[in-house]
Amino acid sequence: MLRFTLRRILQVIPTVVVVALLIFVIFSVVPGTFAASLFADGKHAADPQMMARLNEEFGLSKPLAERFWTYVTDLAQFDLGTSFRTRQPVIDLIGDRMGASLQLAIAAMLFALVIGVPLGFLAALRPGSVLDTATMIGAVSGLSMPQFWLGLLLMYLFALQLNWLPSFGYGDGSLQNLILPAITLGVTPLALLARTTRAGVLDVLNADFIRTAHSKGMSKMKVVRWHVARNALVLIVTTVGLQFGSLIGQAVVIEKLFAWPGIGSLLVDSVAIRDIPVVQGTILVIVLWFLIINTAVDLIYAAIDPRIKQE
Amino acid sequence: MRLGFNFWLGAALTALVIFAGLLAPWIAPFDPVLDADLMNSELPPDATFWFGTDAQGRDVYSRILYGAQISLTVGIVSQVINSLIGITLGMTAGYWGGWWDDLVNGLTNVMLAIPSLIFALAVMAVLGPGLPSLLIALGLTNWSWTCRIARSSTLSLKSQGYVQAAQTLGYGDLRIMFSQILPNMMGPILVMATLGMGSAVLSEAALSFLGLGIQPPFPSWGSMLTDARQLIQLAPWVAIFPGLAIFLSVLGFNLLGDGLRDSLDPHMRTRNP
Repeated sequence: MLRFTLRRILQVIPTVVVVALLIFVIFSVVPGTFAASLFADGKHAADPQMMARLNEEFGLSKPLAERFWTYVTDLAQFDLGTSFRTRQPVIDLIGDRMGASLQLAIAAMLFALVIGVPLGFLAALRPGSVLDTATMIGAVSGLSMPQFWLGLLLMYLFALQLNWLPSFGYGDGSLQNLILPAITLGVTPLALLARTTRAGVLDVLNADFIRTAHSKGMSKMKVVRWHVARNALVLIVTTVGLQFGSLIGQAVVIEKLFAWPGIGSLLVDSVAIRDIPVVQGTILVIVLWFLIINTAVDLIYAAIDPRIKQE
Repeated sequence: MRLGFNFWLGAALTALVIFAGLLAPWIAPFDPVLDADLMNSELPPDATFWFGTDAQGRDVYSRILYGAQISLTVGIVSQVINSLIGITLGMTAGYWGGWWDDLVNGLTNVMLAIPSLIFALAVMAVLGPGLPSLLIALGLTNWSWTCRIARSSTLSLKSQGYVQAAQTLGYGDLRIMFSQILPNMMGPILVMATLGMGSAVLSEAALSFLGLGIQPPFPSWGSMLTDARQLIQLAPWVAIFPGLAIFLSVLGFNLLGDGLRDSLDPHMRTRNP
């Protein structure tokens, strides 16, 4: 197990390095510099002296190879650079907002788990029933719906019409502000969880060892609890992990819609003003988050199911 | 091959979107961009304006019909690019193996580690807003799954008798790949592309909603929703109808893709009645 754990952790490093390179390359070919885009509002004529000074300040006038070297050495010391706009270290900007993003992702995942898994389970135990059909129709609808549109409708109904919840913002961090964005973000993982749980349980129910358990006289409840639930767990853990990893990416639109102060809205705002160091840093942190969770899932997976390690 | 109810429902919804897009110039009662009249702004749905009007007094129904053109273009073009990249890389990696296979595998793993919307957003940040950038961004985003499928199908097809016969006859590698292997793995690739169209339309809507995709005044379903948050209190139809259009077309692509997959893989059908 120790060797497997170490190997999986070490596998993350090359991926992070390549992603960091990829991000640097993508943003080095940006036509038009930040300094130019500052003056691109049409109100001010670009002052060449001013632009040269800005380029100097941010080190953009240096040759590409030198900039790349600075980027890599800074990165190795966990320095993500300095924001063009606020001149604060990018890592601080991200750190300030990480809490809100985590809060939103965890709340969304809990919502999806509490509803999605039991639904999928019940649907699988009675295939073809009304509940099963309704669950599957609900799941495919949830996956086809633009999340931000659902968020808009929820906002309209619960905030503007019924006045039960605040329509947007973080407020003082109370639960009320969290509910609408979390439900909106939770719909996709909920639909996927209901689907995979159902498929996983159906798969196990058709397995030979379940027939054996039944034929040796085990009660139906016991079979479900002992065999079905444990075997379906592997699939559920994987889905939860993968979804939790990508939630922070999907949250970008939801955070923007609900003016939620997470790293997703930081990313969108920084893209709009071409604050490239912040964009690069945020993307890197999102990828790192995704990889760390994926690795954790693989390790949990191997702990639950000893068959995995041998592969 | 038996196609279920879901497939036909998906096909009907997809056909509806295609007709809306193709016939928009003839069936739309108003021009989607030019027929703006502030005297008619934010009118509720009635006999003239079926889905109401937006803040600039434009007919929401006409804009939705024209918006179908953008969604279809984005969905089809991005999936053609995705499939070409995925098939080329996956098939050659599976067929030739060796260092090329390792390289393609590494690249695929890196792409899978970047959430697709984030990658598309980064590309849009570099290329700037607009339809061409969107097509490139979404075309480069989702090829990794297609690549995996192409690679594993090639690996299993490579050992088939007819491929080995072709090798014995001295056919070139490219000829074998395109004439013997490619036709036999088109099924799963087609399923991926159909499902991919749904996610491309969703991504386009999200990017346009954020102001990074199609720019106003052009009628993309996503950009129509951009100022819906401000309008929803007074004019909810401005928010409801474009979202419904996105939902129904993506539902169509997803049902079509699921239906195709179930009919290609009978094992799946017994599990999902």
